[in-house]
Amino acid sequence: MSGPSKYTPQSPFARWLERRLPILGFMYDSFVAYPTPKNLNYMWTFGAILSFMLVAQIVTGIVLAMHYTPETTLAFDSIEHIMRDVNWGMFLRYAHANGASMFFLAVYLHIFRGMYYGSYKEPRELLWILGIVIFLAMMATGFLGYVLPWGQMSFWAATVITNLFSAIPVVGNSITTWLLGGYSVDNPTLNRFYALHYLLPFILVAIVALHVWALHVTGQNNPTGVEVKDEEKETVPFTPYATFKDAFGIGAFLVLYAWLTFFAPNYLGHPDNYIEANPLVTPAHIVPEWYFLPFYAILRAIPNKLLGVIALFSAVIIPAALPWLDFSKVKSARYRPWFAKAFWVFVAVGVGLGYLGSQPAEGGFLIAARVLTAYYFFHFLVLLPLLAKYEKTRPEPASIAASVAASQAVAEDAAHV
Amino acid sequence: MFERRMSRFWRGRSRSKYNVEKRVLPMRSMGFGLIALAALAFAAPSPALANEGAKHEERPRHFSWSFAGFFGHYDQAQLRRGFKIYREVCSSCHSIKMLAFRNLGEPGGPAFPADEVAQIAASYKIKDGPNAAGDMFERPGRPSDRFPPPFANEQAARAALGGGYPPDMSVLAKARGYSRGFPTFLLDGLPGLVYQEAGPDYIASLLLGYENAPKDVALSDGQYYDVYMPGRRLGMIPPLSDGAVTYDDKTPQTVEQYAQDVAAFLMWSAEPHLDQRKSIGRGVVAFLVVFAGLLYFVKRRIWASVHH
Repeated sequence: MSGPSKYTPQSPFARWLERRLPILGFMYDSFVAYPTPKNLNYMWTFGAILSFMLVAQIVTGIVLAMHYTPETTLAFDSIEHIMRDVNWGMFLRYAHANGASMFFLAVYLHIFRGMYYGSYKEPRELLWILGIVIFLAMMATGFLGYVLPWGQMSFWAATVITNLFSAIPVVGNSITTWLLGGYSVDNPTLNRFYALHYLLPFILVAIVALHVWALHVTGQNNPTGVEVKDEEKETVPFTPYATFKDAFGIGAFLVLYAWLTFFAPNYLGHPDNYIEANPLVTPAHIVPEWYFLPFYAILRAIPNKLLGVIALFSAVIIPAALPWLDFSKVKSARYRPWFAKAFWVFVAVGVGLGYLGSQPAEGGFLIAARVLTAYYFFHFLVLLPLLAKYEKTRPEPASIAASVAASQAVAEDAAHV
Repeated sequence: MFERRMSRFWRGRSRSKYNVEKRVLPMRSMGFGLIALAALAFAAPSPALANEGAKHEERPRHFSWSFAGFFGHYDQAQLRRGFKIYREVCSSCHSIKMLAFRNLGEPGGPAFPADEVAQIAASYKIKDGPNAAGDMFERPGRPSDRFPPPFANEQAARAALGGGYPPDMSVLAKARGYSRGFPTFLLDGLPGLVYQEAGPDYIASLLLGYENAPKDVALSDGQYYDVYMPGRRLGMIPPLSDGAVTYDDKTPQTVEQYAQDVAAFLMWSAEPHLDQRKSIGRGVVAFLVVFAGLLYFVKRRIWASVHH
């Protein structure tokens, strides 16, 4: 990627353009010639899947915005207008709502892949941090979007989340009032949430561009965690190799997405959000969308409000410190037996927190949430540094080529037997 | 008031509107984490919940719906019967404000012929105006009108119905449901097992769930005992009785049948394009499966010469 362009303009127009604005060369180097390690597995297709989902969300969202009314007495009805009377409106809305879920599913898999293979380590620290910033912006966008249908869960989610800011000492209440545009969630809140929900995806596009830029400078990590040593032998050009692998990944992902959109469109939603927002009636059980549940569990696990809010935000941001918390020189969990076990326990703890976030914060659920919350932070702050220091790692392969040759030898042996 | 609501949120609520799953099944363990979690989950039910167990609502029954599953579609005759029940029974208290008369004639619904739709519309009085003299006036409904509400506003409804406010029925079938509990809820989204009919199951069950209250349950005026209602106290007088609505076909005129027919009608009202959604969905999913399959073979062909 870095270095002189591999692009040779063929037509006179391309030569003319390239001398003035080398955009064709940039595209060629980034998406055609860009060398990708040849041993990447399908977990590496989520970058392309996420790019696809971002575009899909923006396209469906812009059309939905043409029919939606951000006004408290009209918002709920305008959603039903989209569902009933707008041509293809039902598909747009279900695709957008389930698209958010698919987006988060993909981003979680993408993040877990980065954790398993140590993709955050030198020289990809900034790439990783940009990824966490994208995750944060996605969470904000998802939350703002959830408020727009103005159902009961929309309203109460907005109330709960904006109220978090009131935990800040001294200025908390002023900040909350400022965010809401009043003393409670009302029309000014809906208006600004709508404006921000439209704005943030474009900021996301910009951060994604930086993320991809940073990726194309360092090159991709790979399942061995050993850097590319011989570009000729160990990499293949992005097109057609990665393009078609990614295309298949997107295709398979789309099957799941279409299944949800067309056959279980309300599976991930909450029935209460088909009840119009009512400030005077609190739902029995306020729950956020599934992709926020682990963090919601952490928030409620802490008995003190301010500390709960701090724990919530720390839990989201702490992965950004991974490059320094996990300072082991070996990247991939393949060669770190104890790290690999710790990783799967961490995944289970994350899923467990998600389940607990969906349950009432009481009794055994609350105790479990506290234990798992403690473990969540223990994993990052204690376990990873200790493992980095004391774990006896397995020998890494000398190179990607050596690793590929070894696994082929094993496969051939198996074939002979 | 805000603070009080928030403090309720912080403490968590002890009673869920939906069934709280009391039995947590053991899960297939993936590691120590999950085993530990399962152990904790077993210990989870709090004493408060256990005591309330006796008063908890029952799980809604499962009915067989024509619109369930991959090939599901509405039963036109059932929707027509359900509409009849809505019109003759429910509509005296419940509005259905998002439904237009024209919807009744659309494909994938009751699909009444155009003249019948016009007739139905004309049987309703619609408030219109102001006219040239500046007065509001009433006129017969047109297919483009929406169903007029039975009460002018919430206060009028409460005054007439002893304090109760019947919910609007437009999207009611999607606004109701019940907690399926772990691990069933995980299976509900899967092909072959997909379950999206919690709303109509709940509504039909509720209509069939009226019973004489046990001695230890005190009901206040205008409350009825219904085993499927959270808290088992329901502010709706049992609306259906055998033979109350006359069917033109040979369908049994029983509460059991009425309950299912009206629940199906409400599902259609909540999701009028379900038939279209599923038929297009079958095409989309089939196309994507083939398309992804072809991409897989293209990818294999491209990668055939690479040792990886």
